[in-house]
Amino acid sequence: MRLVPLIFDLSREGRRGYSLPALDVPMVDDVIPEEMVRTEEPNLPEVSEADVIRHFTNLSELNHGVDVGFYPLGSCTMKYSPKLNEDVARLAGFAESHPYQPESVSQGSLHLMYDMEKFLAEISGMDRVTLQPAAGAHGEFTGMSIIRAYHEYKGNKKTKVIIPDSAHGTNPATATMCGYKVVEVKSDGRGGIDLEKLKDALDDEVAALMLTNPNTLGLFDENIGKITEMVHSVGALCYYDGANLNGTLGKARPGDMGFDVVHINLHKTFSTPHGGGGPGSGPVGVKKELIDFLPVPVVDYDGERYYFNYDLPHTIGKVRSFYGNFNIVVRAYAYILFNGPDGLRRVCENAVLNANYIMENLKDLYYLPYDRYCKHEFVISSKWQKRENGVRTIDVAKRLLDFGIHPPTVYFPLIVEEALMIEPTETESKETLDNFISVMRQIAKEAKENPDLVKSAPHDTPVGRLDEAAAARHPVLRYIKK
Amino acid sequence: MDYIPNTDVEREEMLRAIGASSIEDLFSDIPEDVKFNGRLNLPEAMSELEVKRHMTALAESNAEAEHYTYFIGGGIYDHYIPSAVSHITGRSEFYTAYTPYQPEVSQGTLQSIFEYQSMICELTGMDVSNASMYDGASAMAEAGLMAVKIRGKGRILVSKTVHPEYRRVLETYAAGMDIDIVEVDYKDGATDVEDLKAKLSEVDCLIVQNPNFFGCIEDVRMLSGLIHEAGGLFIAVVDPLSLGILKAPGDYGADIVCGDGQALGNPMNFGGPHLGFLATREQFVRSMPGRIVGQTIDNRGNTGYVLTMQTREQHIRREKATSNICSNQALCALAATVYLSLMGKKGLKEVGEQCLAKSHYLAGKLREAGFSLAFDKHFFKEFVIKLDGDVSSVIDRLLEKKIIAGIDLSRFYPELKGCMMIAVTEKRTKQEMDELVAGLEGLR
Repeated sequence: MRLVPLIFDLSREGRRGYSLPALDVPMVDDVIPEEMVRTEEPNLPEVSEADVIRHFTNLSELNHGVDVGFYPLGSCTMKYSPKLNEDVARLAGFAESHPYQPESVSQGSLHLMYDMEKFLAEISGMDRVTLQPAAGAHGEFTGMSIIRAYHEYKGNKKTKVIIPDSAHGTNPATATMCGYKVVEVKSDGRGGIDLEKLKDALDDEVAALMLTNPNTLGLFDENIGKITEMVHSVGALCYYDGANLNGTLGKARPGDMGFDVVHINLHKTFSTPHGGGGPGSGPVGVKKELIDFLPVPVVDYDGERYYFNYDLPHTIGKVRSFYGNFNIVVRAYAYILFNGPDGLRRVCENAVLNANYIMENLKDLYYLPYDRYCKHEFVISSKWQKRENGVRTIDVAKRLLDFGIHPPTVYFPLIVEEALMIEPTETESKETLDNFISVMRQIAKEAKENPDLVKSAPHDTPVGRLDEAAAARHPVLRYIKK
Repeated sequence: MDYIPNTDVEREEMLRAIGASSIEDLFSDIPEDVKFNGRLNLPEAMSELEVKRHMTALAESNAEAEHYTYFIGGGIYDHYIPSAVSHITGRSEFYTAYTPYQPEVSQGTLQSIFEYQSMICELTGMDVSNASMYDGASAMAEAGLMAVKIRGKGRILVSKTVHPEYRRVLETYAAGMDIDIVEVDYKDGATDVEDLKAKLSEVDCLIVQNPNFFGCIEDVRMLSGLIHEAGGLFIAVVDPLSLGILKAPGDYGADIVCGDGQALGNPMNFGGPHLGFLATREQFVRSMPGRIVGQTIDNRGNTGYVLTMQTREQHIRREKATSNICSNQALCALAATVYLSLMGKKGLKEVGEQCLAKSHYLAGKLREAGFSLAFDKHFFKEFVIKLDGDVSSVIDRLLEKKIIAGIDLSRFYPELKGCMMIAVTEKRTKQEMDELVAGLEGLR
C-alpha cells in the first residue's frame, strides 16, 4: 500500500478548492482596528477539490474500521453501526437546526430528548438522566460532580473515592478532577472486589465507590448487592461506570444493583460510530435524591409542549455548552426504536454468547486467569508465550494485523500480566469468530515454532512497527513549511 | 429483525462448544436479587422504514436552515459547508474506526489529526495543538485548569464578555479543584479595564473571548499586556473562522488559545457534536490536556504517525493525569481539516471578509431604519441591536416569515433587556437581510 504525503505538500500557490457566491453587498474597509488585521497569512494548503478528495480518500484506506473488518477491542464495544443511524442523523431537522432557535420550532428534537431520557432511565434502572455529557469520561466527571455537590449540600465531610485496581484509568483521573483522593482496592481471586479489603477502606470520609460491573475482566461481581450496601452504610454513594453495559443490557440494571449514579456510553452499547476517537456521548442517570443536582437544562413536558427546564435547585451547572452531543443521541435513539425491548435483550445475550465461545476455544493455548463465564468480554494473557518463547502480547497483537483483524485491547486491565482483552460483540457471525479463533491458534503455534515471525510483525500493513519512543523523545507535532 | 447474525442452529452449536445448557446458563453468575427478569418498558421494535418515518416526522416539526433564514449565532453558526466535507466524513473507514491505538492500521486517522494540529497552529499562531476537545466550553475550562497547574495560585479571571455557557462550564470544572473564578465586568460591550486592574493580583490567568460573545473586538494586546505584567497567562477564546482576517492570538501574546470549531465545516446539529480546539506554546506542552499525534518512523524507514506524550494521559498516569479527557472529537476534527484544506488561506480570508461585509451591511441598514446598536465597538460577524419592544415576541413574529431572527440577550444578561444579538454569515444574501430589516420595521 502507498503512503500518503501531507496535504501541505500538495499545495500550489493560487490553486483553490472552494467557490463562494460573489459578494452581493459592498466590500468594507477600515471596520477592524488596524492592529487587529491579520497581515501574515496562515499556511493553509492551496489545493483543488479533487486533490482534497483523493488525499483523504487515500488516507481513509490506511484505516481499519468496523466496516473493514473484525474489531474485537475489549471495553470499547466496536459493534456494527447500522446505516439507518447515519441516515436519520443527517435529516435537516436535526443536523441543520440551531440550539437557541425558539422551542416552538424545536419540538421534534425536544420530544426525542425527552423520550431518550425515559428510555435510558428504564434501561439503567435510574430515575432521571442528563444527555449533556459528550463522552464516557465526561459522564464520569458529571456524575462525580453530582456526588460532590450532594455531599456538600448535605454537609458531609468527604475526601476519598474508592476505586478497584481493575478500573478504567479515567476513574481515578475523574475522582481527582473532582477534588477527591483515590483509594485503590484490590480484586480477589475470582476477579471481583475483595470484600475484606473494601471493608478496611470504608470509613466516614468515603464519598463514593466507582465500579463497573461486569468489571474490566468481563466478570460479573456476584457480591454486588453486598458491596453497594456496605458503601451506603458509611453514607457514601455508588457510581457505575457504564462502559460495559452491553454485557448486562436487559438482564441486570445498575439501578437494581444499588448504584446511585450511572453513565452510559451511547457509542458503545447503542451502536453510534466511534468516529476514530469521537464524537461519543455519555449520558448520566441518577436516583431520585440526586435529580436536583443534574446539569441544566433537562427536558420536561407540560402536557402540551416540551420545554427546557433550567430550574433545578442544586444543579452543578453545565458541563458542556448547549445540550450535549445531540446528534449522537439521535443515532442511539434510532437504534433503541429499531431493537425494542426484546432486541436489546438479544443484543446482550449474543454478545455474551460470542465472548464465551471465543474464550472457550482459546483457553488451552492462552493463559486464562479467571475460568468462569464471562459477560461480553474476557481477558486472556500471552504470559505462557512470553515465558516460553519471548513472544509478548504486543507481538501477538501486531501479528493479528497481518490477518486483517484489529487487535484486542492490550496490557489492560493492569492486574493481568500480558493482558489481551477481547470483546467480539453481538454483531459478528460465527464464521468471523471461528476465523479469529483459528488465527489466534495459529499465532500461538507460530510463537512456538517461529517466534521471530511474530516478533517482527506486522508484515502486511501500510506501515511497519512505529517508533513510539522516538516520537515522544523528539516531538514533531505539526508540519512546518521548509 | 435485528443486527445479530447468529442463527438458532449456530447458537446451539456454540452453547454446546461452551458446555452451557442454555443462554440463560451464561447469566447464572448474576445473583437472583439483582437480576432483571422483566421486560424493558420500551416501545416495541420497529422496522427500518418505520423508524425512518417516525424520525422524519420528528425532524420535520423542527425549523432548519434549509427552509428558514438563520440570523442566530451565539457560538453556533449557519456557515456554508462544501459538499466534499460530508463525503469524506461519511467514509466508513473514518467513522467506524476507534481511537488509533494500533497505529499500523490507523494512519488515516492519525495523519489527518496531525494535519489538523498543524492547521490549528497556523491559524492561532501557537506551537502545539492537541487532537481536539469536546467543545469550545470544555476546551476553555481545561485551558483554565491548565493555567492553574502551571502558575499554581488557584485564581482565574474571566471576562463577562465570554460566552455565558462557557463561563458556566468553567465554574463546574473549577468547583472540585478549589479554584476561584473571578468575573471581570464589561463596559460598552467589551472587558472593563478598570475593573480588571482592580482584580489583577494573585491570578493564574485571564480569559478573554475575541471577538467576544457580543461580536465585539476586544483590545486584546492591552489585556494580554496587563495579565502578563501581573504574572498570569493570557487565554484567548476565538472563532477560528475569524482568523483568516483577524490577527493570530500568538501575535498578541496569547499563551493558550481555545474555542469551538463548529464553524469549520460542522453542521449546527442543535448544538452538538462539534469540536473544541486547544493550542499553546511549546513550553506548556506537557501540561496540555488531551491526545496529541506526533510524527515518527517505522521499522521500514517510512514516515508515520502515532499518539504521543501519552504519559500525560489517564490510561498511564491515572490519578496524576493532566485531565480525564479520553476520547476527542476526531470525526469533527476531520471535518475541520477537510474544510480548511478546501478553503485554503485565500478561501478562509474570503469567508471572513464576506461575514464582515455582510454583517456591516445589515447593521448599516438597521441603523438607517432607525434602530441603534447597543455597543459602539468594532465587530466581526455578530452584533447587538436595541429593540423597543419585547425581544422574544419580535422573534416569534419573525418566525412566521421563516426567519430565525436572533438571540434575546436578556436570557443571559438581564441588564440587556430589549437587546437582540444578530449573526450574519457568508450564507446570508442581500435580499434576506433586506427582508429582515423590513420585517423588524414592520413590527414597530
